[in-house]
Amino acid sequence: MVPLIIGITFISFVVVHLAPGDPTQFLSSMNPKISETAREKFIKMYNLDKPVYIQYFLWLKKFVKFDFGESFSQDRKKVIDKILERLPVTLWLNIASMVLVFAIALPLGVMSAYLRDTIFDKAVTVFVFVGFAIPTFWLALLCMYYFGVIVGVLPISGLTSYNFESMTLFEKIIDIIKHAFLPVFLSVFGSLAGLSRFARNSMLDVLNEDYIVAARARGIGEGRIIFKHALKNALLPVVTIIGLSVPGLIGGSVIFESIFSIPGMGQLFYQSVMMRDYPVIMGILVIGAILTLLGNLLADIMYAVVDPRIRYKKRAG
Amino acid sequence: MKKGNLLFICGLVIVVFFILVSIFAPLIAPYDPTSINVKEIFQAPSSKHIFGTDELGRDVFSRVVYGTRVSIFVGFVAVFISIAIGTILGLVAGYFGGIVDIILMRFVDIMLCFPSFFLILAVIAFLSPSLTNVMIIIGLTSWMGVARLVRAETMSVKSRNYIIAAKVQGIKNSIILFKHILPNVASPIFVTATLGVAGAILTESALSFLGLGVQPPTPSWGNILTSGKDNIMFAWWLSLYPGLAILVTVLGYNLLGEGLRDILDPKSKKFGN
Repeated sequence: MVPLIIGITFISFVVVHLAPGDPTQFLSSMNPKISETAREKFIKMYNLDKPVYIQYFLWLKKFVKFDFGESFSQDRKKVIDKILERLPVTLWLNIASMVLVFAIALPLGVMSAYLRDTIFDKAVTVFVFVGFAIPTFWLALLCMYYFGVIVGVLPISGLTSYNFESMTLFEKIIDIIKHAFLPVFLSVFGSLAGLSRFARNSMLDVLNEDYIVAARARGIGEGRIIFKHALKNALLPVVTIIGLSVPGLIGGSVIFESIFSIPGMGQLFYQSVMMRDYPVIMGILVIGAILTLLGNLLADIMYAVVDPRIRYKKRAG
Repeated sequence: MKKGNLLFICGLVIVVFFILVSIFAPLIAPYDPTSINVKEIFQAPSSKHIFGTDELGRDVFSRVVYGTRVSIFVGFVAVFISIAIGTILGLVAGYFGGIVDIILMRFVDIMLCFPSFFLILAVIAFLSPSLTNVMIIIGLTSWMGVARLVRAETMSVKSRNYIIAAKVQGIKNSIILFKHILPNVASPIFVTATLGVAGAILTESALSFLGLGVQPPTPSWGNILTSGKDNIMFAWWLSLYPGLAILVTVLGYNLLGEGLRDILDPKSKKFGN
């Protein structure tokens, strides 16, 4: 865990120094918008006037306190405050889509494994191939056009209506659901194919095991075999995917949040990249990596919780 | 086997079709993809402009045809970079084991911690977006899976008798690695490379869509979609056709890759079967 975090800070540090030559020279030459004062601030913040190894340790020291400096933009807010302001929206949207993905993909994958080589299974397979190939941002455009322009039932921008403040609580909830529907739906669609395929393969493996054959031979009902014997084991590897899908979801939020103008961390990241707001870029890069790390940790813990064999092994060893 | 062949042939037809389109783009495209015609802006698809025209009166069909070149070029170069890095690191880590393996695999773990799209965007923010940078950056951020795969394969191959025999004869490590091990781990690399092209094309189009990839006026499927998004209210054709092109191309590489997997390793049940 700790070596990984140090590695993350190191890679992030390398990214700042990727620019050919002196990062500050390139700043002013590539982007005339960066003023002399911003340049000086940049030098001071990353201690670019000091030797490289000292720069790294100073960056590490700040990192421990989550101090990523001030944003280059007009508001001059602290980077960490800016990120924390935006993070909840992104987290909630991602949690919502993760829950939905599992609710839809697992039954789909398990069913198509059980009904292997039937029409249902083949239809799911075709869906999976298309789902892997479809660019989700393009699907987002089509949905925006269909639901927002032709049918006009869903808002296609932002997370709340302009009169949000004057709504009752119930109206507020409906309003947010309406706004979040398309982004969440599309994010779900994006991960559906992979997970349902994973669940199918996992279930197929289990259905071929001897103990399933033995259960059938003993005349146990199909429903009981599926839910009591097969499903439990088939879902073990699937659990780890929850944690491992974090980087993909967070990365995808850049696209969805910028398409649908949702004020989350992804949109902030996109805006910062466009405006070359380096302190914010670095801050979000590190926070994104830490979230991924937490996701992996969650996967390990979940795996130990659902699979007693892992726990026994750990205890024994 | 039959299933694999079918996937393979479907994929191959699509892939070859788009490669031909990109080679013969100047013959296929009826107009210059960058020529501006203010009199014909936002024309709906018609017999004159079968995919319509964009906000500068450029022919969308011609732009989509030329966009094929960008996609294929980015896909191949990015995958070449990621396969080269992944294969070398995977071979070295798997073959030598020990501390070398630990260090290299830790590096892979660290790289995998970054949401790859974040890492790509951050690097582009520092290096400025361009075709070359996009190809290199996608390549440099997508080799980790290859490295893990090649490492695992190498570890299983290196304990076989013919490798041990080669070692006993005193053959140099570099020759064992590249002449004796590499050919035996090549088939999963081919599969990964084919699927990797699909991934790289998707990433490039997303980057160009966000305005952080291939820059206009060079046509790419992603940056045509950017103007599709800006004019979504009335010019649906700007959004529809480039997206379809991406969908079909990516589908083609995925089918080819899965078919290849079935053919090269009939026992595998990773995907279809």
